Amino acid sequence: MSKNAQNNAALKGHSLWSDAWIRLKKNHMAMISLVVLLIIGTLCFIIPAFSFIPDPNTQNLNNTFQDPSGNHLLGTDQSGRDLLARLLYGGQISLLVGLVATTVSVIIGLSYGAIAGYAGGKTDSIMMRIVDILYGLPFLVLVILFSLLISEHAKDLTESLINRWPDHEVVIKKLINLVPLFVAIGALGWLTMARVARAQVISLKKQEFVEAAVSLGLSHPKILLRHIIPNMLGPIIVYATLTVPGFVLTEATLSFLGLGVESPNSSWGILLSEGANYMETYPRLLIIPSITFSLTLFALNFLGDGLRDALDPKAAKD
Amino acid sequence: MLHTIISRLLQGIAVVFCLLLITFVLVRLMPGDPFSGEKAHSAHIIQKNKERFHLDQSYVRQFSVYLGFLARGEMGDSPVKEQPVTKIIKHSFPASLILGIAGISIAILIGIPAGILSALKKNSYIDYGTMVVAMAGISIPSFVIAPLLAGQVATRIPFLKIAGWGDPFDWILPAITLGLGTAAYLARITRGGMLEVLNQDYIRTAHAKGVRPLIVVTKHAIRGGIIPAIAYVGPAFAALITGSFIIETIFQIPGMGQHFVNATKDRDYFLLQGVVILFGTLIVFANLAADIALVMLNPRLRN
Repeated sequence: MSKNAQNNAALKGHSLWSDAWIRLKKNHMAMISLVVLLIIGTLCFIIPAFSFIPDPNTQNLNNTFQDPSGNHLLGTDQSGRDLLARLLYGGQISLLVGLVATTVSVIIGLSYGAIAGYAGGKTDSIMMRIVDILYGLPFLVLVILFSLLISEHAKDLTESLINRWPDHEVVIKKLINLVPLFVAIGALGWLTMARVARAQVISLKKQEFVEAAVSLGLSHPKILLRHIIPNMLGPIIVYATLTVPGFVLTEATLSFLGLGVESPNSSWGILLSEGANYMETYPRLLIIPSITFSLTLFALNFLGDGLRDALDPKAAKD
Repeated sequence: MLHTIISRLLQGIAVVFCLLLITFVLVRLMPGDPFSGEKAHSAHIIQKNKERFHLDQSYVRQFSVYLGFLARGEMGDSPVKEQPVTKIIKHSFPASLILGIAGISIAILIGIPAGILSALKKNSYIDYGTMVVAMAGISIPSFVIAPLLAGQVATRIPFLKIAGWGDPFDWILPAITLGLGTAAYLARITRGGMLEVLNQDYIRTAHAKGVRPLIVVTKHAIRGGIIPAIAYVGPAFAALITGSFIIETIFQIPGMGQHFVNATKDRDYFLLQGVVILFGTLIVFANLAADIALVMLNPRLRN
């Protein structure tokens, strides 16, 4: 009886995912990163809902450059705005851009790469030449052009949305501001994902279980969606995790240059660029956002590395 | 080999052409034009200006006029700055090039030795320390490092300035800022490549023959282990030059980056097209150079 139970226990929980989780748990840096990210995520998305965090955009010119105190835990900035509130709301935006743009790029890249790899032949080589050309283009040039282009159309969209739901004007304005960034970064960031997905499909489609599916007479879309794609999620998830920090950085770079999220709204890129103006007089305004931002990227990168080692032990270089 | 290089160059021309075409259309699809900026002119003058730059004509016609410019080795005049684009580029490109070369040199000098050391001392504190520092180098963006370096280092060392581009001392801080991220990537890639090679049979053979460990590493392991790093250096160099505008802004360097960003903001069609052609060509050449270097290092890739 007890032997049977042991066998059950041994059989249970040995899927790819639970194996990966066991390996991930042994990776201290990755686990610390996971905890750090959970903390930062909780702080950014849950704490601002409570009323003791002031509005991040309300200026108070009698109250500028206040040192940290009971009223303002991290002090105030050059316009008397609460730095903690701006940091948390800015974090929401930066993290959202990273997550949404990654989702967009996974959807585009996965479909494109999977179709190219599955179709093979001429279709494949034409589709991949297009990817090669897009690869040659400077990413930021295109993102800037693209997001400026979309942002004009977004203005029309804003007006029609506000006309329809006048009560939600503030929320609509805040979110529409981000759409160009989401779309531009996601729409151009899928290239590597397409290559990863294509390579996976090519190696999977020659395997017996796919042959079995073909001989059973399943349709191509069904084979792709039900049999091939579920088997390649590991590498895709790993690459997606490593993409998030890249996109967060792109958002910050664009905002830093004045081409991303627009002031007075807050994002980590905006806080860094505003803080850089006061680095000699009030270094706090630069250092606090810098630490938060770098810590987040640090954790995301370490978690991505850890996931790669956990899901694909062969790729781990030690 | 020559055949490959020529076909790659032709492909490169096609890539730059596509890039130009995409830029050309996108920048014209954007609302506004070079004359709708802050200095508002009368409709009459705007019309005159548009005629002067052929902007009142169809896209196809505009594009063929522009290709005509290129065929004569010109890039048209910047409608905003009222100067030939070639002249603007000639004035600003040297600074970007120096910055890029200095940045990639720092990246190579720090990144590759760090990666090799890390691989040789695998799973030691040296390895962990190097890799954590490298991860920090990847995670901390240049626009965080730059103000901190300028504020905390430049103010303490007499011959370093917070910003400016006069004498070679002014190259130091921007080049460090620019090169650090790349150095971090290089260290990680070199480590991976070296570990792969160090496990191979021919390295064990060399050790077994009694070759001194230092010679095994320098003569046998590095040649193979450095290949992924070389493949990365080419594109990284192009990325450093095309992506240095943040550092140019912070350190007030008169390079191409500012033109690139401002031309986009001002709808300065001709300047943007010129910068994009230059950047695209650079990327093509950097990739080609990296591929040639790879073939030279790796005999298996020949013929």
